This record gives sequence, structure tokens and C-alpha cells, in this order.
Amino acid sequence: MVRPLGFLVGLGFITALVLAILTTPLSNEENVAHSFHKHPRHLKLASDGIVLPHWDKAQLQRGMQVYKEVCSACHSLHHVAFRDIADFGYTDGQIKTFAKGFQVPSINPDTGEPATRDGLPSDYFPSPYANETAARAANNNALPPDLSLITKAREGGKDYVYSLLTGFQNPPKNLPAELQPGTGLHYNPYFANLNLAMAPPLAPNQVTYADGTKATVDQMAKDVTAFLVWTAEPKLIKRIQVGYAVFFFLLIFTVLTYLSYRNIWADKKH
Amino acid sequence: MSFPWAKPYEPTHPLMKWMDEKLPIPRLVYNATGPGYPVPRNLNYFWNFGVLAGAALMIQIITGIVLAMHYAANAGVAFNSVEHIMRDVNAGWFIRYAHMNGASMFFIVVYLHIFRGLYYGSYKAPREMVWLLGVVIFLLMMATAFMGYVLPWGQMSFWGAQVITGFFSAIPLVGEPVREWLLGGFVPDNATLNRFFSLHYLLPFVILGVIILHIWALHIPGSSNPTGIEVKDEQDTVPFHPYYTAKDGFGVGVFLLIFVALTFFSPNALGHADNYIPANSLSTPAHIVPEWYFLPFYAILKAFTFNFLWIDAKLWGVIAMFGSIALLFFLPWLDSSPIKSSNYRPLYRIFFWILVVDVLLLGWCGMQPAEQPWVILSQIGAIYYFAHFLVILPIVSRIERPLPMPNSITEAVLAKHATDTSSASATA
Repeated sequence: MVRPLGFLVGLGFITALVLAILTTPLSNEENVAHSFHKHPRHLKLASDGIVLPHWDKAQLQRGMQVYKEVCSACHSLHHVAFRDIADFGYTDGQIKTFAKGFQVPSINPDTGEPATRDGLPSDYFPSPYANETAARAANNNALPPDLSLITKAREGGKDYVYSLLTGFQNPPKNLPAELQPGTGLHYNPYFANLNLAMAPPLAPNQVTYADGTKATVDQMAKDVTAFLVWTAEPKLIKRIQVGYAVFFFLLIFTVLTYLSYRNIWADKKH
Repeated sequence: MSFPWAKPYEPTHPLMKWMDEKLPIPRLVYNATGPGYPVPRNLNYFWNFGVLAGAALMIQIITGIVLAMHYAANAGVAFNSVEHIMRDVNAGWFIRYAHMNGASMFFIVVYLHIFRGLYYGSYKAPREMVWLLGVVIFLLMMATAFMGYVLPWGQMSFWGAQVITGFFSAIPLVGEPVREWLLGGFVPDNATLNRFFSLHYLLPFVILGVIILHIWALHIPGSSNPTGIEVKDEQDTVPFHPYYTAKDGFGVGVFLLIFVALTFFSPNALGHADNYIPANSLSTPAHIVPEWYFLPFYAILKAFTFNFLWIDAKLWGVIAMFGSIALLFFLPWLDSSPIKSSNYRPLYRIFFWILVVDVLLLGWCGMQPAEQPWVILSQIGAIYYFAHFLVILPIVSRIERPLPMPNSITEAVLAKHATDTSSASATA
């Protein structure tokens, strides 16, 4: 009974699928934007890979400077606290001073009115806008995304972020009219639909690095991307280091279990 | 039940004797996974995956319980609580990545376990009930994994919940009310997240219960083996302990090595970037894709693009997707061949390998956007999937002429060793 019924059910599915094949056109609709779209360029960082990755502390310090002086005008960094930047080699005193340089939302203890106070190491980076509405109002109705997780939240990760920051350019001559950047939009072939609301954020010498590194657009883009790799996963380096310890421990465990397995089975043909 | 030559449990220590009279749990363990359970001596490494699946479930339960201590199932804070675990909880990043990749490892292991069952005919009499319970476990795992993926409340969590609960709205008349009842609203929201968390915590223990039934049902006829010939006498078997505990110990070691490599060195390789964006009901991701272990079924769903008879394409897809798993319940009766192992089934073996390639192809297509050639490839893949189980398998099992088989497990083992030694002496 199962087999004849199954046969009929199978024929039903197969018929529906054959009809689906016959009625589905074999050609795709042409996607013009696709041909202008570019793959992200690779960015090599000290924290890459699994062979002795490490944080380049000088680069992270520079990257945070770029975030603070450029990106933070529009982009928040919700998940990062001032105390976290101890990873860059700052002392407790330096972190306190750094935090003090920010005003964070607070409540006036006498009146209960909203107020601000100096930042503490336990505070998180404050957001540039009070809420989404304010952010959109200030940015031509576009919402600047929070950057904490940006290198994990985009296909292509850090390569994408670096390419996007350095990828602003004039539209190519053969770009069709419907793909031309509209008012308030900027052409960037690394962006999914080619035009984005963010204006080119970096200009040469926009920041002055304390360590004397020349602040080219490429250098600043690399530094801030390295910083954003760290903000996305501050435990990245620790993860790899612990991973090695766990892996080699388990390797020894596995070799021992293999030897005991062979030993126990030595007299049994199987 | 067990074989007459099974080693009886004879406690010597007074405490164990006392325990055996009051609550014979040591006896149960001894007879289930100890020296009291005789197992065919010729099992290959494919027989490791049952124990590995159990290990994967335990890892999921333990890491999950710890995660639940720090996670907040509220749509307003769920995403941030996961980041809190990743950044501020001691070793939280490890627990979270272990749970995330543990789900993938669980499915890899279970798919290999199912592969073993299909190749060696483990679903056939006298082990049909073991297979049926296994399919129940598989369905429960899918439900659990789906609800777990919703909990971080990222974009793919939200839109995955939207799409998957949307399947129910394809049901005529009652579909939309059923969907709203499942979600607790018109779109996934706090009510959805809360109930999914509750069920995600509950179902693993239901799975554990069904696994106990699965093992119980297995112990009645005893384990199958690569020849598919049933155990005939004592020399066909070895005691589970120490022989298979030792072999499973090694298997667990290899499993953990792969698991930690994935967890520590590439924890996001099997995830989606979009799930690191907080859920937003107003912004649909360009490309909604389920987790990798659902992709073959997702491809079957998307393959149906034609309204045939009075059923529209969407409903066809939903019926076919559920049907593609439901038909596994009938497998022991669709395959009427008494020969279990594909080693002796020359014709079935060909179609079996086509099925393996077909499922991998469907998985690949499931990942792609709804464009050609992926649409036609998933349609062809889905045709073969249903044809294999519902048309080819019943016919093949009728007309096939099996290869000559050894008389017993021991004879097969000795024959293998005879050829091994002769080829070894030939090369020497």
C-alpha cells in the first residue's frame, strides 16, 4: 500500500516540477548595476589569520583617532566602553583622561532634568545623535549605522570597509542615467547599489597623527578599519591564542585515545 | 533483550549490591553501554556518529544552559545581551561561539549518521522503530535549531522567522490565523522571541527523551553492521566496553579537534554577516538564506514555481519541503529489498550515490539567489530527490540481483583479513 501511494505522490511532485521547469524562463533579467560593481580589495592587518596574529597597538591608536575625529560625527559605537581601549596599551590614567574628554548623557542630581557629565572609563562611547529620527534628520534621511560590529556585519568584512572608504570616485562615463548618483548621493562601486548617502569621509591630512605617520586617505582608511576589526571582536586575539592551547591539548588526548583503541583491539580481528 | 552470551552484571562491592537492589542504574548502564552489550565486531568508523551526536547534544545543552544565564529574551535587548556575552562575560565569547558552531557540528554528525543509515540499510527490519525515532529526532533538531537562530535577534533571525512562519500562511483558509497564532502577532516580535526562547530551552530535553527511546529500540535487535548480516553467535560480537568505548573515545577526540578548530579559528565561517545587524522590520536583507543545514530543503521549497492543479506554487513548495522529510518515515517500507548493506546491492548503490550528489547540489542551489541556472538545477535536483525515494527505490529493490554474501559476520571479517594478508605478502 505504501509503495503505490508513494509512487502516485512522487508522480504528483515530479509533474509539478516538470511544469515548473517548462514555464520558468532560462534567461535572467539583466542586472546592469552588477557590471559596475567591484569586489572589495584585500586589506592585510596584523590581526589576520591564525599564524601569530596580534593587535598592532600603534595602528589601533591611530584608527581610534580617526574614528574620534572623523567618523564619530555621524556614527555611534554602542558596544565599546572606554575601559576596553586598555587593549591598545593605554594606562588607567590615560584611559581616565581620554574618557573625560567625552560628555555622556546624565541626569542632573538636583533637578532630575537631562544633563551631561564627563565620561568615566566604565562609560560607552556616546552616540552623536539622540535617536534615529535626529540621525535621519541630520543626514538627508539616511541612517548612519552603528560601527561597533560593522566589519562582521557586512559581506567582505574589513576588506569591504577599507574598500568603501577609499572607493569614492567619479561615476564612469558609460554609467546609465538611472544609476547616476541622485541628489545627496555619492558614487562608490564597492557599495551594493553603487550610490550611497555618505560623502567621502576622508581627505588627506584630515587628522594629525601623534606618531608622525603621514595621514594619507589610504593610511587613515587602513587604520580606522583595523580599529573597527577590534571593536567588532575585542577578544579575537585571545580567541586564537586559547584555540591553540585547546587544540594541542586535544591533539594529545586524541593520540592517546587512538593508541588505547589500537591496544584494546590488538588481539581482535575486525 | 540481549544475546544469551551477554556478560551478566554481577556486582561484588556491597554498596553496588545494595544499589542494584534499590535502583539498578549501574545494571542498566552495564547492559546498555558496558560489557553487557554485545556489538558486532566489524563496525567501521561510520558507527561512531551515534555517540558523536549524543556528545554534540550534551555540548549544546551545557553551553546553552550557561548562555541562558546571561541572555535576555526581550526584543529590546536580546541583540545587545548577545554582544554583552561576547565582550563582558568571562569566556562568554567561547561559550557563545561553541554553541553557535556546536549546532553546525551536531547537524554534520547527524547527516553522516543518516548517511550511514541509508547506505547500510539500518532502517530495515528489525530496526524500523530505531529509524522512525531517528526521523523524529531530526525533525525536533530542525525546530530547535531554527528557534535558536532567532534568539540573537539579528536581521537574519528576524527575517528567517518571518519566512519560515510564512510557510504556514500557504495553508488554505486557516493559514494566516495559524501563522499569527504561532508568532503571537502579525510579525515576529517580542511575543515570538519569548516563546521561541522557551521552546528552544524545552526541545533539547524532548530530544534527549526521544534519544533514550532510540537507543532502547536499538538494543532490542542490537546494532547493525557493515555486512548487514545479523549476529549469529558469540564470535560475531565483542562487548561494547572496552572495545567500542575505546573506539568511540578516539572518535570523540577527532570530533572535538574539528569542533575547536571551527570554534576558535573560524567561528563565523558558517554564519551570515547580516545577523550582526540588529533586527529591523522595516529593512529586508537583499538575500534571505537559512542556515546551511536547511539549504537542501530550502532549495526544494523554491523549486516549485508553477501553480499546478488547484494548489498554488507556494503551497506546492511547502508541501514538498515537509514531504521531503516526511517520506523518510515510510522508507523502511518503500525499500522492500531484504539486503541491508549497499556493499551487496550493485544497482541501489549507484542511485544512492546519485542521491548524495543530488542533496549536495540542492544545498548549493539553496544558497543562491532565485536566478538561472540555480532555479532549473534545484528543480532537477528536487525531481531526482522525490524520484529516488518514491519511484526508483521501490522498483530497484524489486529487480535488483544482490551480490553473493558471506554467511556470517565472522566469515566476512576472516575473508577480509585473508585478502589483506595475501596482498601484504604479495607486495613484500
